[in-house]
Amino acid sequence: MSLLAVERLDVRHGQLQAVRDVSLAVREGETLALVGANGAGKTTLLRAIAGAHRPVGGRVLLDGVDVTQVPAHRRVAQGIALVPEGRRLFPGMTVEENLLVASANGRPGPWTIERVLEVFPMLRARFRAKAGSLSGGEQQATAIGRGLLTNPRVLLLDEVSLGLAPVAVERVYACLESLISAGATLVLVEQDLGRALRVATRVACMLEGRIVLEGAASGMTREQVTEAYFGLGRGALPKQAA
Amino acid sequence: MIWLNQIIQGVLLGGYYALIACGLSFMFGVMRIINLAHGDLAVLAAFLVWAIVDRSGMSPFLALAIVLPVMGALGWLLQRAMLERSLRAGVLVPLLTTFGLGIVIQNLLFEQFGADTRSLAPAIGDLAFDSWSIGSQIYVGHLAGLIFMVAVALLGGLQLLLARTPLGRAIRATAEDPDTAELVGIDARSVYAAAAAIAVMTVAIAGTFLGMRAAFAPYAGPAQLIFAFEAVVIGGLGSMWGTLLGGIVLGVAQNLGAQIAPNGFLIAGHTVFLVVLGGRLLRQRMRRAS
Repeated sequence: MSLLAVERLDVRHGQLQAVRDVSLAVREGETLALVGANGAGKTTLLRAIAGAHRPVGGRVLLDGVDVTQVPAHRRVAQGIALVPEGRRLFPGMTVEENLLVASANGRPGPWTIERVLEVFPMLRARFRAKAGSLSGGEQQATAIGRGLLTNPRVLLLDEVSLGLAPVAVERVYACLESLISAGATLVLVEQDLGRALRVATRVACMLEGRIVLEGAASGMTREQVTEAYFGLGRGALPKQAA
Repeated sequence: MIWLNQIIQGVLLGGYYALIACGLSFMFGVMRIINLAHGDLAVLAAFLVWAIVDRSGMSPFLALAIVLPVMGALGWLLQRAMLERSLRAGVLVPLLTTFGLGIVIQNLLFEQFGADTRSLAPAIGDLAFDSWSIGSQIYVGHLAGLIFMVAVALLGGLQLLLARTPLGRAIRATAEDPDTAELVGIDARSVYAAAAAIAVMTVAIAGTFLGMRAAFAPYAGPAQLIFAFEAVVIGGLGSMWGTLLGGIVLGVAQNLGAQIAPNGFLIAGHTVFLVVLGGRLLRQRMRRAS
């Protein structure tokens, strides 16, 4: 059975339907990359899975249990964590406090602050600095660490490389890859197609709120994804890759 | 010597203002709600303590221990039933609803207790008028000293709570970003309700001391609110130690004003408040311009 499943999800922002009839499933240990142009509905989909945005239709299932009506903070306790777009740290609190808040309110599990510092050693020097004063890369590391400290069963990562220097992106992805090889279950939104295809086991491409292409990352070419990404050849939608 | 005395008395008076302002500051800092019923809640607590003392003859301090959880529950209920809903409609709506709540409290108190002025001073015996003498000309009232110490302890305690405890961190995280707080597992609604309960409990303490050091009547709340509000603004909104400092600045200014001219008490206090507020606005404008 899949660890996380989304069934026929519809999410609206007022008049705008941002996610239309989306279904997908993620198995334990899998990494699903969501790609798509700006405004395709990726962030909204992640927020709906995390419970930050209530869908108007469809279901979200965690380990077969319907959590669609469960508020965000209780979904954290059940094992869904979102590292939001723009990192959204608590800027007036220190790195340590940002991490402590998560470990105090999440699930019990293997992640401790010490382990987060092992994965992101650059945070050691900034441990007592206000989160608002960190560089983009340090903020992203703190945000991912904060997500991990809730000991999620599924970690949702929204645009972790956005606004970061290339060096910082490399560092963050090196850490993510070590998480993936350790068996973590991830859903990540990534603008960089090459990177998405490299780290993910599966890729889903969104266009105007729908998933227009989904399949194993290994069996998918850049051209296929690009075509779906821009909505070329729409006569044949929806497509299914290998 | 007389000036020194005025400063010392002003600092002690400032302790009382800080005590009254504590809950207002806490509520604003956490929930961005300016609670206009703040003074009325203090008077309500004073009446509750007075009613218990009047009926049972017990010490007001003991009566406060009974009233404290009642006021905490009231704060929790207030948040869940009223403030939470009104905050959803925008930042200005809580001003209106708490203003209305204040009027309701005043009139309920009037209905229940009548227009008589009451005081808890008769119930605390010597504490109401005893003093320590420093030198030959300066006297520090036991009650004023106690109030000052309670204010320092309470504000310091809240500061510690916010800085060092899991609940405090959850409160600060929720204050900074309630949506993201939910995403790290914090139940933002419960945190808000807990913060409201804490704030109203501090109001109960302040109200009891109001009743001990002076007299109160059903419509006495708004006058308390003004001084509390001024102390909070002078000290910087939402900062606990700032609130203590703001209270002291206000108290000292009032006492020095009174020494200069008999009617200088209120004028000096309000002037300091306006100068600080004006300075803040000016600095903000200059920062925006640059």
